[in-house]
Amino acid sequence: MSERTDRGDPTTADRMLPPESPAGAPFWAASRERRLLLPWCVPCGAAHWYPRGFCPVCLGDEIEWRPASGGGRVHAVSVQPKVPFPGVGGEPPYAVALVDLDEGVRMMLRVVADDAWSVAVDDAVSIGWEPLSDGRHLPVALPSDPPA
Amino acid sequence: MSSATPSPAWHPAGVSAHPLRAATAVVGVADAADPSGMLDGTVTELEARMIREALDDAGLTLADVDGLAINNGAGWAASLEAAERLGLAPRWTDSTQTGGSSFEIHVQHAAAAIALGLAEVVVVVYASTPRSSHKRGGGGFRSRALGGVTPALEWDLPHGLRLPMGAYALAASRHVHEFGTTPEQLASIAVQTREWAAMNPRARLRDPITVEDVLASPVEASPLHKLDCCLVTDGAGAVVLTSAERAADLAKPPVYVLGAGTCHTHASITSMPDLTTTGGVVSGREAFRIAGLGPGDVDVVELYDSFTITVLLALEDLGFCAKGEGGAFVADGPLRPGGALPANTNGGGLAYTHPGQYGIFLLVEAARQLRGEAGDRQVPGAEVAVAHGSGGVLSAMSTVVLGSEATR
Repeated sequence: MSERTDRGDPTTADRMLPPESPAGAPFWAASRERRLLLPWCVPCGAAHWYPRGFCPVCLGDEIEWRPASGGGRVHAVSVQPKVPFPGVGGEPPYAVALVDLDEGVRMMLRVVADDAWSVAVDDAVSIGWEPLSDGRHLPVALPSDPPA
Repeated sequence: MSSATPSPAWHPAGVSAHPLRAATAVVGVADAADPSGMLDGTVTELEARMIREALDDAGLTLADVDGLAINNGAGWAASLEAAERLGLAPRWTDSTQTGGSSFEIHVQHAAAAIALGLAEVVVVVYASTPRSSHKRGGGGFRSRALGGVTPALEWDLPHGLRLPMGAYALAASRHVHEFGTTPEQLASIAVQTREWAAMNPRARLRDPITVEDVLASPVEASPLHKLDCCLVTDGAGAVVLTSAERAADLAKPPVYVLGAGTCHTHASITSMPDLTTTGGVVSGREAFRIAGLGPGDVDVVELYDSFTITVLLALEDLGFCAKGEGGAFVADGPLRPGGALPANTNGGGLAYTHPGQYGIFLLVEAARQLRGEAGDRQVPGAEVAVAHGSGGVLSAMSTVVLGSEATR
């Protein structure tokens, strides 16, 4: 991370590089190609989030990474008037949401919207990607029906 | 306290003969806070002072202590290291760390241990000086080291949610969406709490506020405003517990542990099963079941108020009102002095003090109310109190039902 600033909206170079766990490695690898993969428990036939190397329902370790549709809906949202610390979030004010993906998992994502205050519960969103300096991408939510 | 014949409501024959009910008592309490938000002394010095004062309050000495519960410390084993500092060799020990509700859990564990004879006199203690630390350039809460790759670091933090307030804001967002709860209703909790703080000379914020003041304060994480959020202050406290038998001979009227319950549901807000329902449903049900009491029997509540939404959810989940009706419930003003459900009678984390983990103060204030020691802010005739801790981001709930001699 470079010089500290509380202005937010980090450029690619300034953006915090999320640490990568062994269980999360396949997600980050696919993010290099802007592809959203989710971990599925094969016996349970269900996706889960976050990746932890085993299924949080049956504790089995037969995990398969499958492409996600990239569609979802805002379950809850909060506008942040400033960043918690430099290198994360966006240009304040920005919205952070819990997004329910079509595959039935809930993910925390920043919503990239012209007007953060317009983002509402139940809004349809799709997954977008922001580049990180190491070639990975950070997932974000994009409003599916931006206001005219 | 009155020694009158207990009301039948307190002794529902055949409903609670639970071995934990009134088997133990809080016999000594102490806390420290200052209107400046700061305290003199290091964390470990404050811990020792609180223990000394709480033991004095009980009429006990350190030599009587054979159990220790503490979650604090930058080290690797909180109760081990604290016991060494204090010169204790406890035969019962507890370092349970669930954030702000740790102390209610410590009481639950201690009550069970004492009831089974595993310990006789247990001290629960906490101290923290984030405000002083920040003023000295020590980074306040951020001075705590983060070790390893945690799910929060990898999956939540990069998106820029301000914590902890952002997590509570997401829960509030959902409550607003599902039940039509309004920012005004949330704000009214802060307004009512401030009325109590006005009567506490040690409170950090004592000036009265209005709903409009809350809504005019800066947004910290929508829909929560600055005045929906707790303070960051130094603070410290301790409670001493022992068996009901031994409590009978001590300095102050025993405050009996009538019931206790705990439930934690998640660590990150992303994994909270239902953003509008906390583990308080389970912890409260368990505590009331053991006590043989219900919400209608409670005279005063101390509900962890990290944020106004925390109180709203606690009121619903503990059964003081129905799920979804918390907004309308608080808008009637039941929490204020003279209200139907006096709440956070010391001014709470919103206005009295909040040193990061506030749960110890819930127990101290509940005990003082049941002893009739609360001075200007005494709830007349208080016989049953609830101390309800919340830790993490609505993560860990622990409920302790306390009662005076009349409830035994």
